[in-house]
Amino acid sequence: MAAKEHDFDLIVVGGGPGGYVAAIRAAQLGMRTALVEKDKLGGVCLNWGCIPTKALLRSADVLRLVRNAKTFGIDATVGGVDVAAMVARSRAVAERLNKGVAGLMKKNGVSVLVGHARLGGGGGLQVEAADGTRRALRAKHIILATGARARELPMFPAGEDGVWSYREALVPASVPNSMIVIGAGAIGIEFASFYRAVGVDVTVVEMADRILPVEDAEVSAHVASSLARDGIVIHTGAAVKSASRRDGQWQVALEGDGGRSAQADVVLVAAGIVGNVEDLGLEHTAVKVDRTHIVTGPYCETGEPGVHAIGDVAGAPWLAHKASHEGVLCVEHIAGQPAHPLDPLRVPACTYSHPQVASVGLTEERAIEAGHRIRVGRFPFAANGKAIAMGATEGFAKVVFDEASGELLGAHLVGEEVAEMIQGFAVAQTLEATEAELMATIFPHPTMSEAMHEAVLNAWGRTLHL
Amino acid sequence: MASLVRMPEVAASATSAVLLAWNKQVGEAVAVGDVLAEIESDKAVVEYTAEEAGTIGHLFLAAGAEAEVGAPIAILLAPGETAAEVAALVASLGAEGVAQAAAPAGAVDAPAAASAPVSQSTARVFASPLARRLARERGIDLSGVSGSGPRGRIVKRDLDAMKPVPAAAVAAAASPAGESAYREIPHSGMRRTIARRLSESKATIPHFYLSVDCRVDRLLALRGEFNASAPRKVSINDFIVRAVALALREVPEANVAWTDTALRQFAHADIAIAVATDEGLITPIVRAADTKSVSAISAEIADLAERARAGRLKPSEYQGGSFSVSNLGMYGVDEFAAIVNPPQAAILAVGAVQQKPVVENGALACGSVLRCTLSVDHRAIDGALAGRWLAEFRRVLEAPLSLLSVA
Repeated sequence: MAAKEHDFDLIVVGGGPGGYVAAIRAAQLGMRTALVEKDKLGGVCLNWGCIPTKALLRSADVLRLVRNAKTFGIDATVGGVDVAAMVARSRAVAERLNKGVAGLMKKNGVSVLVGHARLGGGGGLQVEAADGTRRALRAKHIILATGARARELPMFPAGEDGVWSYREALVPASVPNSMIVIGAGAIGIEFASFYRAVGVDVTVVEMADRILPVEDAEVSAHVASSLARDGIVIHTGAAVKSASRRDGQWQVALEGDGGRSAQADVVLVAAGIVGNVEDLGLEHTAVKVDRTHIVTGPYCETGEPGVHAIGDVAGAPWLAHKASHEGVLCVEHIAGQPAHPLDPLRVPACTYSHPQVASVGLTEERAIEAGHRIRVGRFPFAANGKAIAMGATEGFAKVVFDEASGELLGAHLVGEEVAEMIQGFAVAQTLEATEAELMATIFPHPTMSEAMHEAVLNAWGRTLHL
Repeated sequence: MASLVRMPEVAASATSAVLLAWNKQVGEAVAVGDVLAEIESDKAVVEYTAEEAGTIGHLFLAAGAEAEVGAPIAILLAPGETAAEVAALVASLGAEGVAQAAAPAGAVDAPAAASAPVSQSTARVFASPLARRLARERGIDLSGVSGSGPRGRIVKRDLDAMKPVPAAAVAAAASPAGESAYREIPHSGMRRTIARRLSESKATIPHFYLSVDCRVDRLLALRGEFNASAPRKVSINDFIVRAVALALREVPEANVAWTDTALRQFAHADIAIAVATDEGLITPIVRAADTKSVSAISAEIADLAERARAGRLKPSEYQGGSFSVSNLGMYGVDEFAAIVNPPQAAILAVGAVQQKPVVENGALACGSVLRCTLSVDHRAIDGALAGRWLAEFRRVLEAPLSLLSVA
């Protein structure tokens, strides 16, 4: 009989930056592709993460600039800070991009199915719409890209008065006077930076011995002193021992770091994330789950033939661009195109605090642990002409090379808009440039990127402007 | 366009290789992945597969001829191309086309224009700067490496993934061919290498053998205690490797290799471990085992063995070494004598721990006994020295607390 065996060549579950990019790439390669999303296209990244936070932080930048206007010869005063208007702008930005993703799906001929998907085993999948109607589908390949959500802490249950996750922090009903941020990773530090800029008393609590613990130690130290100068109180090596809510205030006792205590109107929980692995019908398959993420192979394969997993649900690093990259490599592998597994050392990471942090590859410490004999170069923006002209002299560029081969093992930037610069080092890594090619590259003058060049020269004792 | 096929670098740092046999002849169609030829270096025989499709237009070498790595060995024609393209390409090669093909049997079919003017141009190798530098460091000729980057660009991972070639195999057993029906299983490259290197070892190295029984009751008890609290379990073999390392440190005269010009004495005990894989035997090396704890040795052996089975060892991880250990105890083997793994001068063959009657203070008792046999290259190590080393090894194994020291 002629009934078709498969409804689609590929069904992608989850419309975030991993899922929708995978769907576009699959469509480009001629696969009949569907994308299942139960909420909004663009996922957390676009609706509740990367993009709306950047809109808010841009408002904080403008505020900072106006406050410093006199430095630039402009007489201006801040008449008022309207956080509600900042939030409204942030939502409008997210909304605009959300529509953009829908347009991309249409343009590429990807069928968008609204609803909750559950695997049934053997390539089968059921999509349940909001009204309860169910549709059974079959696909040759399935990609799970269901993302992740904020980890909850038992002491601060979600929904409790004065407990925020990133989600509440993006659309605050009112601006608190004070806030305790639990967790000093990128999310915690970005919100601490924003809320401090709009006048909130912010305390950061981190279990590791430094903030931004995955970054290079020198970068962490620089950001910590900069945040402290802005008035943010930081407790590292500290855990919450007990917490109670009295008269609309959280009273939090800390363990470690001298056993201090803190109090605030709001606690923002930014203590990592957990993968969305529940209610996906994984029990009908051989997909393996380790704690809260799906176990995958080099090409994002799961334990179930034909089922793949990408992005946050497949584990760290929890970054949108990592998810998108996995989406592309996974689809290309499925299509039999040459593809290479993700190299975690080539995934850049950015934190949009003030100052910004951007890095790729190994930290100095990790490079030594990995057994490399290294050469390290540094260059401060305070010695960079463009940075001085911009009034952006904070921070530095740091590079870590393997001494023998000249391989660029890692690069670490801290300063104004450095997130826009790190790609230069990422491209160098992809092309496998050594120090020789980086030295031979002409960096335009005057730019802040010259500090990258100088840091490379510095690693070989050839700095020009210091 | 007609393209050149060049002699690949079948083993790290090989400068030339022998073309054992052509699997394709002039005029035959070739698909990507087809075996073009069998090529042998001093370390391995490999099947060389086509990276491009086409028709064989010309073979520069006869079977059995040797050529330098990178020398042209064949011309592959695209559809519609003829002898004219062959002549043009050969002409553009000039002297390279014949000079490097040091073929005793001559070329298969005479180059059409061997006397054409010399041109230096050769096929451009696309490789990343890092790959070029690593190749220089490791002595690899990039013209024999196939690239996995965009458009075949050679990148670091291609050098890292270059297939390990088997080091010397260690134990051997021959079964005589019977008169009855049989089937012939073609030799793999690894099998040929094992055969060649072991024949060479047994034929050229004057072997002698010493055996010793070691009481391991205390070692077994110590291991039990150690594993009860250790985060990762260590095996008897891990302890044996540690004991070998300590004995080599105590008797450094035995940590040597014979070379034609001098006796080479090693600063550290780099111990090769015989690992059986589906392809055959390979001997990855625990470097400076005399400076490593038994836990570190255990973890390293586990990692090396796993990657050996996956064919993911780097050449630096199985080449060289100062001493080998081969353990067949897991098969209940009581004792055996192994063949020296050149360029090393000694190998210890380890049997199974067995309960045996032993005489203690004039009375019969039951003890755990491990029988070890040392095979030695007499050119480098004399009998008395080998005996002294083996006695030290036994002493350390029987008083095993010293095995737990870190340095």
